[in-house]
Amino acid sequence: MSSNGRPSQLLKNLNAKIASIPMVLTALVIFVGGTAWTILYSFTDSKLLPRLRFVGLDQYERLWSTNRWIVSIENLAIYGILSLVFSLIIGFLLAALLDQKIRFEDTFRTILLYPFALSFIVTGLVWQWILNPDFGIQKIIRGLGFESFDFDPLYNPDIVIYGVLIAGLWQGTGFVMCLMLAGLRGIDEDVWKATRVDGIPTWKTYVFVIIPMLRPVFITALVIITSGIVRLYDLIVAQTGGGPGIASEVPAKYVYDTMFRNQNLGQGFAASTMMLLAVATVVIPWAFLEFGGKKHK
Amino acid sequence: MSMSQNISDTGPRGPKPTRRISRRNIFLYGTLIVISVYYLLPLYVMVVTSLKGMPEIRLGNIFSPPVEITFEPWVKAWSAACTGLNCDGLSRGFWNSVQITVPSVIISIIIASVNGYALANWRFKGAQAFFTILIFGAFIPYQVMIYPIVIILREMGLYGSLWGLVIVHTVFGMPILTLLFRNYFTSIPEELFKAARVDGAGFWGIYFKIMLPMSLPIFVVAMILQVTGIWNDFLFGVIYTKPDLYPMTVQLNNIVNSVQGVKEYNVNMAATILTGLVPLIVYFVSGKLFVRGIAAGAVKG
Repeated sequence: MSSNGRPSQLLKNLNAKIASIPMVLTALVIFVGGTAWTILYSFTDSKLLPRLRFVGLDQYERLWSTNRWIVSIENLAIYGILSLVFSLIIGFLLAALLDQKIRFEDTFRTILLYPFALSFIVTGLVWQWILNPDFGIQKIIRGLGFESFDFDPLYNPDIVIYGVLIAGLWQGTGFVMCLMLAGLRGIDEDVWKATRVDGIPTWKTYVFVIIPMLRPVFITALVIITSGIVRLYDLIVAQTGGGPGIASEVPAKYVYDTMFRNQNLGQGFAASTMMLLAVATVVIPWAFLEFGGKKHK
Repeated sequence: MSMSQNISDTGPRGPKPTRRISRRNIFLYGTLIVISVYYLLPLYVMVVTSLKGMPEIRLGNIFSPPVEITFEPWVKAWSAACTGLNCDGLSRGFWNSVQITVPSVIISIIIASVNGYALANWRFKGAQAFFTILIFGAFIPYQVMIYPIVIILREMGLYGSLWGLVIVHTVFGMPILTLLFRNYFTSIPEELFKAARVDGAGFWGIYFKIMLPMSLPIFVVAMILQVTGIWNDFLFGVIYTKPDLYPMTVQLNNIVNSVQGVKEYNVNMAATILTGLVPLIVYFVSGKLFVRGIAAGAVKG
């Protein structure tokens, strides 16, 4: 291309290209390649080792007729919807409380956010201990004279997922609060002045003016929480181990167990592809909303 | 970065309080204190349980402070608790986690910062496309990519080794870190960059002499993000390492949820605190920078 010794197109900006090699490899090989590979092999009957013998949708049919998978999906749905709703509501309320020009704001924020710094394993184990019926909350309330008080979420298959939810919310709401607080601080003081001049009560201002203005923050929080929910794994492993029985199984655990414990790779691939599908149904509409089809900038 | 800066730049907003001790303030602080107690409770329970002897735990309740303080559970958790495979406690997991976290944090930050710098100042054709894939990749459930990575690491001869796990952490830390650095470097005035170019500085010259010294805070934010994230990881540790290299979180889970023997709740809680200690220290020391780190993850590119 060049006759006067100038570097060719490929060598132009060479250092930047070298610096970007890890990103290109990650994006193409791991994210695109790995995902495509897993989807492809989900149509095979791979067992202990991956092999390309296609069986159509067999793995998916088997997946959806497996009780444990159905339970996993139900649990994820309950946990997901409730944790989304509660973390958005609690996160917003906490942020609104902290936004009232209070003293010791930093102290309160530090207290509300510290669980977020912990591992899900730590969170799961602490709450396993607190919810232990023989030593924890149930025993204490019974000790107060309420002999028939029953609260043993971790040993009752019907409510075990709510026991996990309590732990999950304890860990995650501080983070949502931080997002919301940042959003609230971004709102112009004039908005508040205007509503005060008009004599609109504070709660009405929040509901009808502030929350609609925070729509982007809510959506960002929603996307982040959702992608976290689908990955729910560590907390279950630590807190309940999927039990009692299979009552608190989740998809991510199903994938791990089928792949690495039962040596049933094809089944694991099919399950993980379904997880991808679930995330895609949230992320893709969000991406269109957020970037409106225009170039990611 | 705009959201996170708002936290530090502007004071609280909202209606002004009228009096110091009003009904509103009592309600406000009362609510906040009750909520804070709730959030602190698990930490308190962990600490008091870990300081009690087993007889006291069996008799008392989990919220009561220890009558006779003992540090034996801590010693046992650190050096003698059993996982079913071995009985040398959490110390092994701790040192494994240190060995995993240090290189993972350093390597992932070096790669992502140089990469973010290239994206911000040295755009080349196609860079944006790869970056978009990278960001969307952050949303892909790990489970989809677990096995292909097993194969890649096996081909490289790194499956089950410490360095294999370091690579995995570098790969999965890349989207958020690259975004963080790209956004930060983009916010540095372009005139500086141009002036350095006129002076004849090249890619690495500008990076080391101008960008690096100007961006220490963002490096600290990235470090906080990575140290807590990698220390707290469980899934990758359990998949990509062998039992004698298991990180602390995996070791902890194996100790507490091991089915053999009598459950020693005080040892379990001591082990749990020990595992949570590193991220907690990072969190309490770093303060607002931690908030900035997590807010950075939420800001769109």
